[in-house]
Amino acid sequence: MDVSSPTGSRIRSYRIEKGIRQADLARDCEISPSYLNLIEHNRRRIGGVLLLRLSSALGIEPDRLSEGADLGVAMALSEAAQVFPESDAEVARSSEFANRFPGWARLIAALYGERSRLEETIARLDKRLTHDPYLAASMHTILSSVTSIRSSSAILANGEDVGPEWEARFQRNIFEDSQRLSETTEDLVRFLENETETELPVLTAQEEVDAWLTARQWRIAELEAEPDADDADLWRLVRAAGELTDDASRAYAVELLGIYASDVRLLPEVVLRDALEDTVITPLTLAEHLGVAPTVLFRRLASRSREEMGERGGTGLFACDGEGTLIFRKPLDGFDWGGARISEMLWPLFQAMERPLIPVTRLFQADTGEAEKVRATAVSEISFPDGYGNKPKHTAWMLLEQVIAPVETATSRAASAFDKTGIVG
Amino acid sequence: MSERRVLLIEDEPNIIEAIRFILSRDGWRVDTHSDGISAVEAVHSRSPDLVILDVMLPNRSGYDILNDLKAEEATRDIPVLMLTARGQKKDRELAERLGVSRFMTKPFSNGEVLNTVRELVG
Repeated sequence: MDVSSPTGSRIRSYRIEKGIRQADLARDCEISPSYLNLIEHNRRRIGGVLLLRLSSALGIEPDRLSEGADLGVAMALSEAAQVFPESDAEVARSSEFANRFPGWARLIAALYGERSRLEETIARLDKRLTHDPYLAASMHTILSSVTSIRSSSAILANGEDVGPEWEARFQRNIFEDSQRLSETTEDLVRFLENETETELPVLTAQEEVDAWLTARQWRIAELEAEPDADDADLWRLVRAAGELTDDASRAYAVELLGIYASDVRLLPEVVLRDALEDTVITPLTLAEHLGVAPTVLFRRLASRSREEMGERGGTGLFACDGEGTLIFRKPLDGFDWGGARISEMLWPLFQAMERPLIPVTRLFQADTGEAEKVRATAVSEISFPDGYGNKPKHTAWMLLEQVIAPVETATSRAASAFDKTGIVG
Repeated sequence: MSERRVLLIEDEPNIIEAIRFILSRDGWRVDTHSDGISAVEAVHSRSPDLVILDVMLPNRSGYDILNDLKAEEATRDIPVLMLTARGQKKDRELAERLGVSRFMTKPFSNGEVLNTVRELVG
């Protein structure tokens, strides 16, 4: 192992050396595979608890991953000191401490890591208790039954004369609620017993939104019909979605819906459908023909189903922000990439980010060895959500299309020329 | 003195019966409503002195109903006692942000409900 190589490269080398799949390591460390991929390509700096977690999952000392002696432990110590400011720990001297007392430093770092892991587990369980539809419904039934039994029995136990009719009614209510309580708790115990071996799902805001959009098949019929929806309409739509369980997911969904509505206004389905019937040309040329930005066309094409796309084939859509983090992913169904090629597939997206407004296209061959190909077309755009003069927002979008039949047009010939010049990746 | 009126928006029939009994014995007129969608209209038509509002209602959350009640001039000043099976800090904070008068978690005691209703209407 080259000790001068960056941390991400070392992680990748150790992982490959130990024959661990990227997805498995990511799962063990409770991060997404795309985030691990960015770390391994040194596009994200890491330290502290995550470094300790990765080293533990790889079965090696944290120091062997970090770029300096004991850096991982020292960073974990610094993080721990920030979490417990009342300790007045000498943060500036954490490296010195780690060097002088490496055993104690590792112990403190390990305990801090374990604490963080337990905190995350509690947060996950808490989130699940609140948002798992079955658990939430069971808890609601149990608490409602207990409330009713408590109130009704207190009325009867109060000693006041409530009259025979009310007395009979409350007795019947207590009987009904105790039965309901008994049945619900039995079901719940059975459910939890069956679940003990099941891994708890960890859903980030993006994963929740992905799941929601997948369930809707990436099409928002309400906005297709009413693209002039305002923010209040978007929030109403999002609040009605049971899959979106917290404010972060809902806010992210509203942001995406805002883009969706704007895209529909710029390129209504009826206009797009007519254009697709008339021509079989590359998305860049089609965007030019329609007078819309390529990214608008990418998103509109990705909102159409495989059936609606007909002979043009299915579409996938990915987006990343200025830091290279994937912020949108609609996979291309029915195309066998093989695990190792997923990161390769994303490179046009990152290349486009480095060259704003210049399209990047690339053809990929399926791993099955068949003639089927996928064309990736990526473009990055700059917007100013907080107004001109404020920080710009960079976003790159990449459309994936199944290329079922070779497209021999002037445009594709132009694209080939681009290939030769190296502008197209 | 006119009759004091409570509108109980709750979908659990046995809880409705218990609360209705407790408050009726204390001299309150208790109207009930069980659906989330038409809850705001029910408040308009009944003009209660106090609303007791469950959070988990069919078709609409109690938080959305509270939000609407506080946004409208005609209902803004009606005190709202919120009942919920979810007593987490963030639920309480959300209710307070929306303008709830009192937040009570299930299971509650009859005495708590009665005393709170008396306090809020005074």
